[in-house]
Amino acid sequence: MKEATYYPGCSLHGTAREYDESFRGVSKLLEVNLHELEDWTCCGSTSAHCTDEALSVALPVRNLNLAGKYDREMIVPCVACYSRFKAAQQGAKEHPEYLPTPYEEKVAVHYALDFFCDSSMIEALKTKTAKPLSGLKVACYYGCLAVRPPDLTGVKQYENPDHMDRLMEILGAEAVPWSYKTDCCGASLVMTRTDIVITLSQKILSMALEAGADCIVTGCTMCHANLDTRQASLSDASGNKNKIPVFYFTELMGLAMGHREVKKWLSRHVTDPIKLLSSKGLL
Amino acid sequence: MNMNESGMQTGSSFLEEIIRESNVDIRACYQCQKCSAGCPVVSAMDMYPNQVIRQIQYGRREKVLGSKSIWVCASCHTCSVRCPNDIDFAKVMDTLRHIALRSGIIAGEKDVPVFHMVFLESIKRTGRIHELSLILRFKLKTRDFLKDAGLGWQMFRRGKIKILPQVYSARREIKELFNTYEKGAAQ
Ligand code: SF4
Ligand code: SF4
Repeated sequence: MKEATYYPGCSLHGTAREYDESFRGVSKLLEVNLHELEDWTCCGSTSAHCTDEALSVALPVRNLNLAGKYDREMIVPCVACYSRFKAAQQGAKEHPEYLPTPYEEKVAVHYALDFFCDSSMIEALKTKTAKPLSGLKVACYYGCLAVRPPDLTGVKQYENPDHMDRLMEILGAEAVPWSYKTDCCGASLVMTRTDIVITLSQKILSMALEAGADCIVTGCTMCHANLDTRQASLSDASGNKNKIPVFYFTELMGLAMGHREVKKWLSRHVTDPIKLLSSKGLL
Repeated sequence: MNMNESGMQTGSSFLEEIIRESNVDIRACYQCQKCSAGCPVVSAMDMYPNQVIRQIQYGRREKVLGSKSIWVCASCHTCSVRCPNDIDFAKVMDTLRHIALRSGIIAGEKDVPVFHMVFLESIKRTGRIHELSLILRFKLKTRDFLKDAGLGWQMFRRGKIKILPQVYSARREIKELFNTYEKGAAQ
């Protein structure tokens, strides 16, 4: 049993509930014992770094200090939170004056996707994959923050990453090659400039279809929300009636490992993924 | 070259202000436009990323700080990873937004900073973002109640929207943290 601190962040307790449930579900199957960080607070997200740099360091550092009390690494499934944690660790070093007390780096922070792509986890996953996802063609969509900025994420192939593709292949799915893996979906502009998000999401969805994918896989709550919920208006605008389900990578891990609650997770999606999986005989 | 109304002096001081605050030396820019070519939101910008850099060099402070571009930037970092001169333009955009807010210049894209303020207010109030309260507060400010109402209902039906904020114990602490930064005491 491996012990780890879990920082859920605001989305996983709200609109990305299925990411929280599937992340907990697969962690358990892979014998990772999660301890949700007690009294965690918001990382500050885009709004803090766009408006106040000192605050954008202080908010994540408050959580890092809480996590530092335990001798465990911290796993963050929300890539937007993860990015703010990495940036704050760097910011705290460069600008100690942003903080009332000096920050001592005690905790290693991992993005959930990177954590599961680590060789020891991959080995465990291989032995636990009971229901391979044969015949499922997936377009792995990394988005921005899983890869950029590379000095924070440590991802070498930031223009054409393939670690999620490899993970999907371990699960028995076929990862299609496509060129929109790291294009931006417009993220939080959805609240203010929905038009931009619709244009960008439409491009990503139609490119995935063109690449022959049955579905898209992501590990970003903002990407998931934008791609999953913007398909009604998308198909209206373009005349393209095709819909394409969008999964969290943890949901597909759970499916391949035969987790009992997969259906409950998937019922929370706006674009129905169940029909596709049933037609492939996977659910 | 197009010099600004008040001449070189203002130009270089705005340039210096940006370099100092962002710690990014934009003087190496040779206008290759790679940043703009890869920028996903360039079509919604009134000044392309490479033009923002040039206008900073020209000293056009008001024009740059009042632009739409700085607020529609999605902070995707594509410009920064592709610049052949290692200019971290995403960081420059952050700096421009910070300075624009401090200077009280009217934002070229007014809803975006309003959204950020409502977001931070929400954190200050409870320490965590309760998505429904955030959306309602933002809608109150922008008076746009109908947009996405149908989608909101669909998400509610699927258990994605919680009606009540969570209760936990860090509320007072987070308020104090915000008060410190609003007073600038930590800096
Ligand atoms: S990519 Fe770099 S050098 Fe080229 S225009 Fe943009 S900032 Fe200037
Ligand atoms: S960080 Fe901003 S300016 Fe740079 S490419 Fe992305 S959206 Fe464009």
